[in-house]
Order: sequence, then structure tokens, then C-alpha cells
Amino acid sequence: MRTINELLQTSMDSTVIETGTENSVWGGGEGVQPLKASYGKMMMWFFILSDALTFSGFLAAYGFSRFKFINSWPIADEVFNHFPFMHGKDAPMYYVALMTFILIFSSVTMVLAVDAGHHMKKSKVAVYMFLTIIGGAIFVGSQAWEWKNFIKGEYGAVETKGGQIYQFVDTEGHRVALKDFAKVLPQERVQHKNKNGIWYEDEKALPSYSIEGVIKGFEAHSNLLVRTQILTEKGGKTILTRQESLTELRKNGKGIVEGANMYKNEYGSPLFANFFFFITGFHGFHVVSGIVINIIIFLNVLLGTYEKRKSYEMVEKVGLYWHFVDLVWVFVFTFFYLV
Amino acid sequence: MAQDTVHHESHTKRIWKVFTILSVVTIVEVGFGIWKPEFLNTMFLSMKLLNWIFILLTIYKAYLITWAFMHMEDESKGLRRSVVWTGVFLIIYLSFILLTEGGYVYDVFQNGHKSWNF
Repeated sequence: MRTINELLQTSMDSTVIETGTENSVWGGGEGVQPLKASYGKMMMWFFILSDALTFSGFLAAYGFSRFKFINSWPIADEVFNHFPFMHGKDAPMYYVALMTFILIFSSVTMVLAVDAGHHMKKSKVAVYMFLTIIGGAIFVGSQAWEWKNFIKGEYGAVETKGGQIYQFVDTEGHRVALKDFAKVLPQERVQHKNKNGIWYEDEKALPSYSIEGVIKGFEAHSNLLVRTQILTEKGGKTILTRQESLTELRKNGKGIVEGANMYKNEYGSPLFANFFFFITGFHGFHVVSGIVINIIIFLNVLLGTYEKRKSYEMVEKVGLYWHFVDLVWVFVFTFFYLV
Repeated sequence: MAQDTVHHESHTKRIWKVFTILSVVTIVEVGFGIWKPEFLNTMFLSMKLLNWIFILLTIYKAYLITWAFMHMEDESKGLRRSVVWTGVFLIIYLSFILLTEGGYVYDVFQNGHKSWNF
């Protein structure tokens, strides 16, 4: 009796069409490789190409929004100026530069693993893969810290009726936080809880101060000025005079913004936070999946899978993906933090 | 692959050299980003000269990563071109379209009837 497999085999045999290309590259067959690359490696390259186009779509969209608000976009090194254990100090870009180094370094250990793989040195491959995974994990952790600072905010700002952001500076141009001058007024608004409403919806957490409290505090401190989002010729932000500040605040001040979310942020244009979350988030997601794939390959290396296969090409393929993640970060670094 | 193991002598030296170049370029970028020299504020093709420097250095870094770390230099000409040329062409095209459009929308906001100043 013939098994299913044999039946399938015969039916497949009968459908093979002779194309006359058996001996050319595209005819396939044993050992034939189009573009002189193995199937997996070539497809990894084309996946990387398509992923690169996805990222460039996001970054170009960021560029579009930035050019659209070219005279009022937030200044990145004012936003990202935190460094661990240096609280309150202005440390523009040191932290992202450090993150860049971490990622480039994990790229180096990855390429060293690939190199060791070419020489079939199992234990060396394992060590370098392990270091790569650690580097990636540190990078993701750093990014989480960066997000935390971004979401929490530092100074707080006032939102106007037109959705503009007003920040506060002293007469020397140093930023002043709301908590340093705003007054807490007695008749504060009560947070709406879902138990009180008919639609069972919660209100978001209330800001620490009300707009009235901020205006009262602003009037009491004569050294305070309002800083708008409009950029000056020199690349700084426009600061209003004391008189203009008072009129603007009283006339247009609508609410308080502390930190950042998808709708508002204290740094300026809401789009800035949207793109920050989306692009660095999407990149972080790539790093995380890269770590997971690296771990799988790392375990395979330990089990000796590639030793048996007599080829460490799989390490090379995940290496390609890992380098790509680094490559994308190089661009994100430039367009988010430098330019 | 058999022929792989034959012609692959160790690249370790080159890897560390590339790492050094990448680090130096990054430090230069961060240095310029903090220093922001006045004379690089000149506009060139609707962008500051400083930004052009950043972009050129970034492309140089991308080139190093792709060629040295991803071993693009060892791939066949056909694979290299089909990946790099396709990407470069489409990215330049997309950036050109979107940035031009963004600049146009900015002009409309500035000179048109819509006011954001309230």
C-alpha cells in the first residue's frame, strides 16, 4: 500500500515542468545562488531594505512636520538634557551620545561574533553574542529612562487657547519651573471620578496647579517672563517683555501642561512628542525583537547547532539585523537630537 | 560555506579601526551640537550649514556600518546595487517631496489667512 507521502511525491513529480533553465542561476537547484548570496542572507538584505524604507518614511514625516513648524519647533538639547546622578544639571545630549556608544559597541561585539563564526570558534561566538545581548538590554533600559524623563517633564508650562505653549524664564533667561512660583489656590477643582458620572468615565489626573494659581504667582514674582515657542534668528526662543507676558497670560492662558503624552507636552508642538514616542518606540521595538532573536541564536550556539551544521551563517544573518538596528539609531540620533 | 572559510582571514583589526572612526565621528557630532558655532549658522539649500555637516557625517557613519560591519563590501555587485541604490533613490525622493511640501505648508501658515497666533 502506498503512503500519503508517496502519493504526494508522485503527484509532485508529474507537475514538474521542464523550463530549460536548469543550468542557469534562476533555474535553482543544488548550490546555485542568485547574486552569489544564500537564500536567507539575500532575503535578510531585502527585508532590511524594506524596513529601512519604513523608518525613512517615519523620519521624512518628522521632517515634514518640522518644516511645517520650522519657526517654533522645540530645541532638542533643551528637552533631552538629563544625565543619571546629575540631577538639575544641564547635560545636553551626553546621555544620547552614551546610548549611541552602547549600541555601536554592541554592534562591534556582534561583528566579532560573526568573525569568530567564520573561524568556527564556538566559545568565542557565544561570548560575543552574550555581550551583544547585554549591550542591547542596556540600550533598551536607557531608552526607558529617557522616556520616563520625557513623560514626567521638568518645568511645566501654560497652554494657550490656541494650543501654543508658554514656558517661564527669569530675567537672565534661565528656565523656571511652575512649582517654584505658582500658588495653590483654595477652591481647586475636584477630580471627576467614574462613580460620579453617568458615563462611568474617569477624568485624567489633575495638574498640580490651576491657571489662576499660575497667573497669581506670576504677578507676585516680578522677575518672571513668558517664553514663547517662536524661534529667534540666533536659534533661541522669543522671550516676551514683562508687560506683554502679563497681558498674554491673562488673555490667552487656558491650562497647565506638565510633562508629555500623546496629546500635549510642555516642550512645544504636540507633534514633537508624538514623533518622539513613535519613532524611538518603533526603534526600541526593533531592539527588543533583535535581543529576542539574538537570545535564540545564542542558545543554538550553546547547543552546538551550528557546529553540527558546519556553518555559522545564522549568526551572520541575525548580525545583519542587529547592525541594521544600529544603523537606524544613527539616523534617529541625528534627526531627533542633533539637527 | 566552504569558500567562505577559505578567504575569510580575521577582520578583527579592521573592526576595531571602524569602531574607532565611528566613535570619533560621534564625538565630533556631539561636540558640534553643544558648541553650535556661529559661522555655521549660514543657510545653504534652505538648511543651516551645521545641519548639513551632521547629515553628511551620519551618511558616512551609515556607510561604514553597512560596508564594514554588515560586510556589504564582500557581497556581489548585483546584491549591493539592488539594496543600496533602491534605498538611496527612494529615500532621497521621499525626503525631497515631504520636505518641500512641509516648507510650502509653513509658507501658507505664515502668509495665508490661517492664524496660529492666538
